Amino acid sequence: MLAALLILFPLLAGLLVFFVKGNTARNLALGFSIIEFGLALGAFCLFKQDPNACMLSFDHVWVKSLGIHFSVGIDGMSLLMILLTTFLVPLIILSSFTSDHSKPNNFYGLILLMQMALVGVFMANDGFLFYVFWELALIPIYFICLLWGGEDRGRITFKFFVYTLFGSLFMLVGLIYLYNHTNVDGLKSWAVQDLYTAGRSLAENQQCAVFWMIFIAFAIKMPIFPLHTWQPDTYVTAPTQGTMLLSGIMLKMGTFGVIKWLLPVVPLGLEKWGGTAIALSVTGIVYASIIAISQKDFKRLIAYSSIAHVGLISAGILSANQQGIQGAIMQMLAHGVNVVGLFFIADILFRHTGTREMDKLGGIRGMNGNFAILFLIILLGSVALPLTNGFVGEFLLINGVYQFSATMAALAGLTVILGAVYMLRAYQKIMLGDRNDSNVAFGPLATTDKVVLSIICVVVVAFGVYPKPLNDIAEEAVKTIMLNLK
Amino acid sequence: MKGLLIISGLGILAMLAEIFKFKKLLFPMVLLGIVAAYAFNFMEWKTGMSIPYFDNMIGFDKLAIAFSGIIIATAFFWFILANDYFEEETNLVDHFALVLFALVGALMLTSFKNMTTLFLGVEIMSIPLYVLAASKKKDIKSNEAGFKYLIMGSFASGFLLFGIALIYGATGSFDLMQIRSFISEHAADMPLFFYVGVVFMLIAMCFKVSAAPFHFWAPDVYQGSPTLITALMSTVVKTAAFAAFMRLFMVGFAEISSVWTGILAGVVALSLIIANFSAAMQNNVKRILAYSSISHAAFMLMVILANVRSNLSVNALIYYSLAYSLGSIAAFGIVYNVTRKGNENVDAFNGLSKRNPSLALCMAVAMLSLAGIPITSGFFAKYFVFTAMIGTQYKWLLIIAVLTSAVGVYYYLRVVIAMYFKKQDTHEPITIERSNIIVIVLTTAATIAIGIVPGIVAEMFEF
Repeated sequence: MLAALLILFPLLAGLLVFFVKGNTARNLALGFSIIEFGLALGAFCLFKQDPNACMLSFDHVWVKSLGIHFSVGIDGMSLLMILLTTFLVPLIILSSFTSDHSKPNNFYGLILLMQMALVGVFMANDGFLFYVFWELALIPIYFICLLWGGEDRGRITFKFFVYTLFGSLFMLVGLIYLYNHTNVDGLKSWAVQDLYTAGRSLAENQQCAVFWMIFIAFAIKMPIFPLHTWQPDTYVTAPTQGTMLLSGIMLKMGTFGVIKWLLPVVPLGLEKWGGTAIALSVTGIVYASIIAISQKDFKRLIAYSSIAHVGLISAGILSANQQGIQGAIMQMLAHGVNVVGLFFIADILFRHTGTREMDKLGGIRGMNGNFAILFLIILLGSVALPLTNGFVGEFLLINGVYQFSATMAALAGLTVILGAVYMLRAYQKIMLGDRNDSNVAFGPLATTDKVVLSIICVVVVAFGVYPKPLNDIAEEAVKTIMLNLK
Repeated sequence: MKGLLIISGLGILAMLAEIFKFKKLLFPMVLLGIVAAYAFNFMEWKTGMSIPYFDNMIGFDKLAIAFSGIIIATAFFWFILANDYFEEETNLVDHFALVLFALVGALMLTSFKNMTTLFLGVEIMSIPLYVLAASKKKDIKSNEAGFKYLIMGSFASGFLLFGIALIYGATGSFDLMQIRSFISEHAADMPLFFYVGVVFMLIAMCFKVSAAPFHFWAPDVYQGSPTLITALMSTVVKTAAFAAFMRLFMVGFAEISSVWTGILAGVVALSLIIANFSAAMQNNVKRILAYSSISHAAFMLMVILANVRSNLSVNALIYYSLAYSLGSIAAFGIVYNVTRKGNENVDAFNGLSKRNPSLALCMAVAMLSLAGIPITSGFFAKYFVFTAMIGTQYKWLLIIAVLTSAVGVYYYLRVVIAMYFKKQDTHEPITIERSNIIVIVLTTAATIAIGIVPGIVAEMFEF
């Protein structure tokens, strides 16, 4: 029941917020999202006591004749993803307190609906339901970007929508193909385990076709080179909160999807084409890192750094071993928190100085020391310095890729070096040195801004020093996943 | 059957209204009559018996009743939407009678058992529409539409009649079941001209459902006709034509499916590609919807092509017809109200979200449904088609369908972007009649409702 509640609550809250006027909508949305986080923590405690508690799953027939169930459940991996989602959404809402959005009721209502769909994606145990939530997540974010985005948003959000829908439709065909091969006492079924069985019963060339059909949807969402072209523009144009949702959580839909809905389904397809997919991911890492180095706009730089990070995550997952997948899960959590922090910093810089171009900035450390420290901590988490949250995941990931291929690991390892180059260079340009432009003034931070940044910094350090509670869950979860891969 | 009789009676009544001077009463009487027709139709569904009428010329089996239900319900919404269309015109009763007779033809098409009734149905439905398409007498575009429709429609009717004659020559019967059993008995030695007859009928039906390459009339006719008549064409007429198509080919010619499936696959592929790419280049909303209706026709043809005479594909076609009709009625209702000033281009929708937010929301839902995005009914409609197709040899068509669906999103979203993103110079709010609001809201709500609970429609025919 708790599982269903986690989906139902943001849905109702979102619909309610649509009908509230002005700043009340904002405060109400924040309250609701904190309650949702409380629910997720409740699920966490329950899971700690008994991972198979019946409160953690829910199953109800949706369309009987087609074997479609409204079936959701929380296992180790989805628990972590839900914690990430429900933790980030209040921060994202809080981060918007300093900027005024027109029609706040629609804005926050859409964010809550988005949360509903995201939580649904992470919990769905029915292939059809998974697809429905997957698509549903697209609609709120599309409207958030279209209505509150920056310049040229019509064209850019449009490209984003068509690109992702294109991939999704292929995934739908792939899933229906699997569904058509299921056989449970003569009936077809959408249940995840039945799809696994169906997928494995396919011949090799069929598995390869299904592999690409489904992978293309996930690859676009993450995004993987060469399907990334929608991403930098969309990230830059979207309103900050939209970018945070996209990069912090929505991107994880893709990586999560590969772990749960691709790897166990087509082992032969993975064996044949996994190497190619890893090569694409690694190409993306190097390519995006190099582009990131030459960026002038800070927000765009973060967008490219996100492509690099997600390339490593994807390579780790596709190497399909314990370290790789476990590292991917840890890195998904860390990246979610860090990238939200970074985009928020870009937003603060823009609000205070009116520009995101790094050449025009400089010497901000001298004007606001606290901000400089908070920025530095998040940035170090992002470059995966030991004792920050990024380190655990990145270490495991490179280890995992190494077990697959040493060359790939060496290339993927470049992300550490290149990441440090572009991040530290950005920090240097923005925060250190002299004030380049005499117009740039940087006053003290607003209280809500400080709160958001501090919470993120605490998480960065805390889970860098003591990652055990999350790591234990991830390890157990991956062990179960590995059983399915055998 | 009673529904058919009631609506025929209404048609005659409408012609008498002028003579006996009860024009004012006519509109409520028509609505009541349609509700009654629906009720009788529903009762026949409940009893579930298929009684043949007129020497087995017409028979209302469950399939016919289901399609009739969709047609009658759509017609009910359409009449409410169109009430001021009848008020504007001086010769109102003629138009009532014409629309009602077109409905009679549509109902005959869902329930024919005999080739002659098929032909009668097609003609009874089409001839009033030729007149209605040209009913804006002073508008040259409307005249052009009526004329084009008449020429092309007669051409198709010719094909149909020729096909029926050839088939009669080969099998010695007009009766659908007798033709079917004759084919299965003499499968090996059917003469060549029989197959020519089948292909002629296929071409004629493709004309009627406006599938490429027989679609050329559709965009011009849709654009030129008064918007409400376009709405009628793209919902009631389309549904009826598909019901007929399905019965003719999945019942009558099921035994020789190898002859026509290949051609039909080509028709579907062409329709998908031509319709979606042409729609992407249009500026006129009515033309966009015309091409969109061709693309939806292709999807519905895919179900027939799958030719699994199972309840799955029957359900799929019924669900698709319903989802498409609901989405179209909502869309055309809004287009009708927005384009009243005469500008029918996409930019007429600019800034609609500011001028009338709830109307914009309904249009967005209708567009998303036509584009096939969850959780609207359009998504499930597409899903059912994909499921029906994936077990067949025509998997390549599925790939084309997926690719062109992505193109389809482009032109549906253009309207959404115009409404929410583009600026409009005038900020005057759009006022709509209350009756129109009710129809638009009801159809939009139904679009979402059968998307959330697809089972109520998709399980009409038990597995």
